[in-house]
Amino acid sequence: MFSFSPRPKSRKETHLGDFIFASLLRLISLGLALMLVVIAFFLLRGAFASVSRFEWSFITDSTWDPVQEVFGSAPVLFGTLVSSSIAVLIAAPLSIGIAVFLNELAPPKIGKAIGFLIEMLAAIPSVVYGLWGIFVLAPWLRTTVEPFLSKNLGWIPLFTGPYYGVGMLAAGLILSIMIIPTIFTISREIFKTIPTTQREAALALGATRWEMIKISVLKSSKSGIGGAVILGLGRALGETMAVTMVIGNRSEINLSLLAPAQTMASVIANEYAEATSDIHLSALIEIGFLLFIVTFLINAFARIFILRESRR
Amino acid sequence: MRRMISVLLGCLGIALLAVIIGVSTEAATLINGAGATFPFPLYSKWFSEFQKVHNEVQINYQSIGSGGGIRQFTAHTIDFGATDIPMTAEQLAKSPTPIIHIPTVVGAVVLTYHLPGIPTGLKLSSEVLADLFLGKIKTWNDPRITQMNPGMTFPTDPVTIVRRSDGSGTTAIFTDYLSKVSKDWKTRVGTGTAVNWPTGLGGKGNEGVAGLIQQTPGAIGYTELVFAKINHLSIAAIKNSSDEFILPDLLSVTRAAASVTQSMPSDYRISITDPKLKGAYPISAFTYLLVHNSMTQNKGEKIITFLHWAIAEGQEYAQKLFYAPLPSEMVKKVNRTIEMIRLTPEENV
Repeated sequence: MFSFSPRPKSRKETHLGDFIFASLLRLISLGLALMLVVIAFFLLRGAFASVSRFEWSFITDSTWDPVQEVFGSAPVLFGTLVSSSIAVLIAAPLSIGIAVFLNELAPPKIGKAIGFLIEMLAAIPSVVYGLWGIFVLAPWLRTTVEPFLSKNLGWIPLFTGPYYGVGMLAAGLILSIMIIPTIFTISREIFKTIPTTQREAALALGATRWEMIKISVLKSSKSGIGGAVILGLGRALGETMAVTMVIGNRSEINLSLLAPAQTMASVIANEYAEATSDIHLSALIEIGFLLFIVTFLINAFARIFILRESRR
Repeated sequence: MRRMISVLLGCLGIALLAVIIGVSTEAATLINGAGATFPFPLYSKWFSEFQKVHNEVQINYQSIGSGGGIRQFTAHTIDFGATDIPMTAEQLAKSPTPIIHIPTVVGAVVLTYHLPGIPTGLKLSSEVLADLFLGKIKTWNDPRITQMNPGMTFPTDPVTIVRRSDGSGTTAIFTDYLSKVSKDWKTRVGTGTAVNWPTGLGGKGNEGVAGLIQQTPGAIGYTELVFAKINHLSIAAIKNSSDEFILPDLLSVTRAAASVTQSMPSDYRISITDPKLKGAYPISAFTYLLVHNSMTQNKGEKIITFLHWAIAEGQEYAQKLFYAPLPSEMVKKVNRTIEMIRLTPEENV
C-alpha cells in the first residue's frame, strides 16, 4: 500500500545531517525490534517455573485450579480464539461493506459524516463498551436474541444449553463493534488511493457499478484489506476489559456460543493482582507469553497468506 | 488583549512559585502502603482524617489487592501492607524480617440475590448454600429452599450462581466458610482468592457481580457487606452454628469476631467464619495491616501513632461505612501488640 522511492545508488550527496538522521531512525527501529525480544525474554523468565512444571499439559489441560495448583490454559486459549473469530467474522464484511458504500456509493457529504462517526467508535474507552455490554447488550441478548436462537436453532451445537445474556456470543459481538473502526478506516484509506481512472476504465468497458467495484476497487486492494482485518484481529485478541465484563468468566471449553467462557487476557486481568502463590503467578505470566506467541503466529501466517494472494 | 495575557502569565507565575515554596517547606514524612481493596474506602477516610490531626505525616495507599500488597511488603518496597487474608506460614517464612499482623476492622461477605417478590431476608442454611454453589440445587422451587422459607412464593427460575471472576479476599472468606461447613466443597473446590468454581458466571469486582445479579432473574451471588448496604441489595439471612438465621449487620459481625477472644493466637491470624457463638453472623473476617516488627525511628513512630489511632478513634469512622468495629476486649490486646514494635535508630543512607 505504500511505495518507497528506490535508495540512491551513489552516496556522494549524503550530508552529515542526513547521516545522523538516518542513523537515529535506524537505532529507533532496531530498538523496537529489540523491545519485542526483551518482552518475550522477560515473559519466558517469569513463566519458567510454570513451563518446567506443567510442560505441554499447560496447553492441553483444561483444568484451571489455583487451589490445587493445577493450571491448564486450553479453555482460555479456546475462548480467545473463538471470541476473536466471531468478532472478525462479523466485523470484516460489515466494515468493508461500509467502506465501499461510503467511498463509492454515498454522496461525499454523508460519507464524511458517517465515516467520522464510525471513527469515533475507536475513541470510546473499552470499559465503557463493557458497561454498555452489561447493561444494554447482555439483557437484550438474554430476553430477545438468545431465546430465539435457542428455540429455533437449538439443535445446532452452537446454540444449545442455558443462556445468560453474558457469554461467548456477547463477547464476540462487543469485540466486533470495537474492531469495526480499525478495519473500516484502513479499508477506506486504501480505496481512496485507487485512481479514478481505474474505475472509469472498468465502466468504459461496460462494467456495471457492482462489477466496477469488484474489479477495480476490491480486487486491487485485496492485500490492504487483509492487512486491515489482521489489525482488527490483533485488537480483538488482546482486548481485556470489555470482554472480561461480558464473557461470564467460566474456564471451560463449550461449543455453545451461549455458554460463558474466558479469554487469556481476561484471566490475567482477573487473577494477577490477587495471585498469592508463586506458581499461580508464573502460570499467569505463561498465559501472557502464550498470548504473545498466538498473536505473533496469527499475524505472521496472515501476512504470508496475504503476500501469496497479492502475488497471484 | 496583550495586557490580559501578561496579567494571566503573572498569575500563573505566582501560583507556580507558591506551589514550589509549598512543596519545599512541607517536611511531611511520606509513608507508603498498598494492598487490600476491600477496606480501601475506610482506609482512605482514615488517612485523610488522620492527616488532619497529624499534618506532619502523609500516607499514600494504593489498593492493588491483598496478593500484591503482600508481595510488595515482603519485598520492602512499601512501609506497610494490607490484606484481607492472613499471610500463610509459608509466606511469612519467605520474608527476610518478621511481620506483624494488625487487625483493623471486621468485614462480612453477604449473599445477595434477584428473586422477584422476595426482599431481604431469604433464609439459607449452610448446607443449602454449599449445594447451591456446588450446582447441586438447580431451581429455586427446590423443596429444601421452600421448606426453609414458608410463606414465600419462589419462581421456577433456574438458579444462576454469580461469583467473582477476579481474585479477591472476598472470595477467600466465602470459600473458607464453605470449606468449613461442607466436606464436599472442601475436597472438590477448597479455599482461595481464586478457585475452580463448579458452576456459575463470573463478574469482575463487587460491581460486576451485582450487575450480573441485577440483570438475571434467579441469580444469587456474594458481595461485601459494605457494597450490598450502600446499593440496597437484597441480603440473605444465613443459619449459623447455633441454628439461628442471622442477617449481617455491625452487631452480628462484631459478635463473630468476639467468638474467638478466648482462642485468639498472638499473631491474630485466625479465621472467624462459622463462629460458635449465639447471634454471630457466620461469614466474616478480620482485615489486617501488615507492619515490620522493627522500624526506623522517624517513620516507625508515625506508623505506630497511626495504628493506635486507627483502632481507637478510627473505629467510629468504620461504623459509618458499614465496617464492623473490633470487639473492645480485642482492642486492648492489639494496642499491646502495637507497643511491642521496636524502633531502630535512623540509618544514615
